[in-house]
Amino acid sequence: MNNMNEPDRSHTTRIIQASLKKRYARERRFQWYGRLAVLTGFVFLFILLSDIVIKGTPAFTQHFIKLDINFDSDELGITRSASLEEIASADFSTLVKNSLREKFPDVGGRNEKKALYRLISIRAEYTLRDMVLENPQLIGNTSEVWLLAHSEAGSYLKGQVDTRAPESERRVKDVQVAWLDTLTNDERTESRFNATFFTSGDSREPELAGIKAALYGSFFTLLVTFCLAFPIGVMAAIYLEEFAPRNRLTDLIEININNLAAVPSIVFGLLGLAVFINFFELPRSAPLVGGMVLALMTLPTIIITSRAAIQSVSPSIQEAAMGVGASKLQTVFHHVLPVAMPGILTGSIIGMAQALGETAPLLMIGMVAFIMDVPGGVTDPATVLPVQIYLWADSPERGFMEKTSAAIMVLMGFLILMNAFAVYLRKRFELK
Amino acid sequence: MQTTTVFLVLVALCVVSFLTGRKRSKILAMQAGSLTSLHSLPNHYGYMAAIWAGLPALLVLLLWMGFESSILHKAVVSHLPPAVQELPEEELGLYYNQVQSFAKGVIDSAELDETQIAAATYYSETASSFSQLKATMVFLVAILGTLLALRRVTLLFRARNHVEKVFEWLLFSCSFVAVVTTLGIVLSVLFEAIRFFQIVPLSDFLFGLQWSPQMAIRENQVAASGSFGFVPLLIGTLLISAVALLIAVPIGLMSAIYLSEYATRRFRAVTKPVLEILAGVPTVVYGFFAALTVAPFIRELGESIGLDVASESALAAGLVMGIMIIPFVMSLSDDIINAVPVSLREASLGMGATMNETIRRVVLPAALPGIVGGILLAASRAIGETMIVVMAAGLSAKLTLNPLEAVTTITVQIVTLLVGDQEFDSPKTLAAFALGLVLFFVTLLLNFVALYVVRKYREQYE
Repeated sequence: MNNMNEPDRSHTTRIIQASLKKRYARERRFQWYGRLAVLTGFVFLFILLSDIVIKGTPAFTQHFIKLDINFDSDELGITRSASLEEIASADFSTLVKNSLREKFPDVGGRNEKKALYRLISIRAEYTLRDMVLENPQLIGNTSEVWLLAHSEAGSYLKGQVDTRAPESERRVKDVQVAWLDTLTNDERTESRFNATFFTSGDSREPELAGIKAALYGSFFTLLVTFCLAFPIGVMAAIYLEEFAPRNRLTDLIEININNLAAVPSIVFGLLGLAVFINFFELPRSAPLVGGMVLALMTLPTIIITSRAAIQSVSPSIQEAAMGVGASKLQTVFHHVLPVAMPGILTGSIIGMAQALGETAPLLMIGMVAFIMDVPGGVTDPATVLPVQIYLWADSPERGFMEKTSAAIMVLMGFLILMNAFAVYLRKRFELK
Repeated sequence: MQTTTVFLVLVALCVVSFLTGRKRSKILAMQAGSLTSLHSLPNHYGYMAAIWAGLPALLVLLLWMGFESSILHKAVVSHLPPAVQELPEEELGLYYNQVQSFAKGVIDSAELDETQIAAATYYSETASSFSQLKATMVFLVAILGTLLALRRVTLLFRARNHVEKVFEWLLFSCSFVAVVTTLGIVLSVLFEAIRFFQIVPLSDFLFGLQWSPQMAIRENQVAASGSFGFVPLLIGTLLISAVALLIAVPIGLMSAIYLSEYATRRFRAVTKPVLEILAGVPTVVYGFFAALTVAPFIRELGESIGLDVASESALAAGLVMGIMIIPFVMSLSDDIINAVPVSLREASLGMGATMNETIRRVVLPAALPGIVGGILLAASRAIGETMIVVMAAGLSAKLTLNPLEAVTTITVQIVTLLVGDQEFDSPKTLAAFALGLVLFFVTLLLNFVALYVVRKYREQYE
């Protein structure tokens, strides 16, 4: 029998061996597809991050131009003995213009003069005014002052302008390029850290725009979100894990939580608009309403993660507490909750990070207004960091593009910090 | 008194009644001999007193805040001269608003006439007496509650059970917030949508091929002449979502397969969190990336091979949205592939199949329902995604299936219709709620089916 089967077997073996090469090749190809897929993901992430970093880094520096300012008392119309009000109402913009014209005497024609004045930011006159307010002795003297460059001049000084492109396609014209080159050769230009970006609110001028107002807005909004979502979420999780009877109502609640987790965020914005603003007549654009909407949005995340954390507490702790006569509530609040807290906090921080990056529902409740002032409370009109990014991304000025990327870098920085903290908590929790 | 002050005083009252309740129970216990003669701990009596002081008073405060402005409105309007009272509703509203803002010091007296100034004075007087009334009522209720609670502090009173019952109700109401939220969403969207469908017939909305809501903004215009055909929006949304899924599903699925079946533990431990960063990037960042980097790049690429690509092409928005949902597809597929029992794999490998054959003929077919569920969830995510399309997709509705053209989506239209100043009766703004209704139900349906499929699949192997 064995002998009879021998040729058959070798025949099968031959077929298999013949196909093996192909099968192994396919196996290797398949593995490469997998590697390629992972690699593609990496490449996308790398392009996304590097694109933002490359575009945003220049926004952290600003160029200043040194001018000899003659605080001419005739030009200002005030003397050294002028009162503070008189100084405050004097026109300092002519000083900048005079100084520029002195530096470049051959400039003629209205348009050319206009182009010349555009080298310096409109903030210059306020800088000079503040200098004189602080030291009225400056009146009548000439002194060297570093003034903030206009965003267009700044972008040339940062090397972002391609001078080979046709002049009509550039914001910075050839004459301006020549002036700026002269100033640079005279060592009258300087790059400094852009503190304005962190210390001022939004502005129509790219070189004056900052994220302070948006940061405060985000802070107040998140504060409201946390104060609402954290206690409500944790208590809901406790109820569902420890107290809820198995009945239809509990099922209904659980189904609702799972569905809310997947409802598009913009729908929460519609809810906020219809209920909080139109029905309860709460103020538009306020962090209070924004925070409430985001709280409803992050609630499912917090509930779901808190439940997982509570579930993972070993039942022996509960049994021990019950055994010495603690009530259910005492067991939960004195023993289960403290043990589950790191896990709950991890989930809450992740939920907060989501809320920090959320934009769409806030557009619905009017947090898109142009806001220069730093909000002082939860009912002041405010905007938040992601919405500020959205607003700047829509601005046509080139200067805002780097601001947008820089704001994104700040936002991502906060998100990374929050997530890193969550990971740290989880790691510590696991060690126990 | 300001509401915040009232609230803070109320909190202080609660603390006081907590202390009194505790003290009282201790005194009682001492009279009876020792603390053990009490049914509950002294703290529980304190909590009970605090609850009785705080809860009813808080309820009164909330109710008052809810109705204050409308009662105030009625009081002030009834005090106005009859000629003003007979004004049409809108003018009266405007008139009242002016009175209100003057009374609050927002606007100057120069803009107002004398009756309005008189009304504003009356408004301020009523408002201040109202707020005094509010404070008195709240404190009265709080003190009454405390007294009632203190009367119940006896040796045999089961304070702990009492307090715990209240707490359980509190816990329950917290979890009930989820149901209330869903209800709030459905009702708010539904009501406005019904108002919309009273102006624009449902059939026009569902089957119309034209979407140009801007026409209805002119006053005194028959609303129906602005066209509210929903089909182009649906097609646009589906087109962009389809592009996104075409990117995300192959990459996400293959990554999941590679990471769960081939990769070493260390490679997986490093790779997975890194790819999941993509899920943590805020959508507004993707929008910026799509609008300012990807869209111009695709346009230039298209031009270099002679294609005419719109600067807000569906391809760019879809591509970036695809990148966004890669980690989503990846983690879902990963979970599901890991749930396939090892015994199935071992059986297949034992028969001499290669890994690749095992995955394609055994693991994937077994995991298919779960993966389909995951893809449905990803699709619902793509349909509801807002910021990427708001920033990178077009505004005008175009009925096309060409991904190189600019299309608009449901979410883009909701945002453009509702951002900025708006009056709440024009079909234009109401249309946004109708779109919201559609969006809510479409995503709800997708999620429901997906979760059902995934759960059924899990049960199969548990």
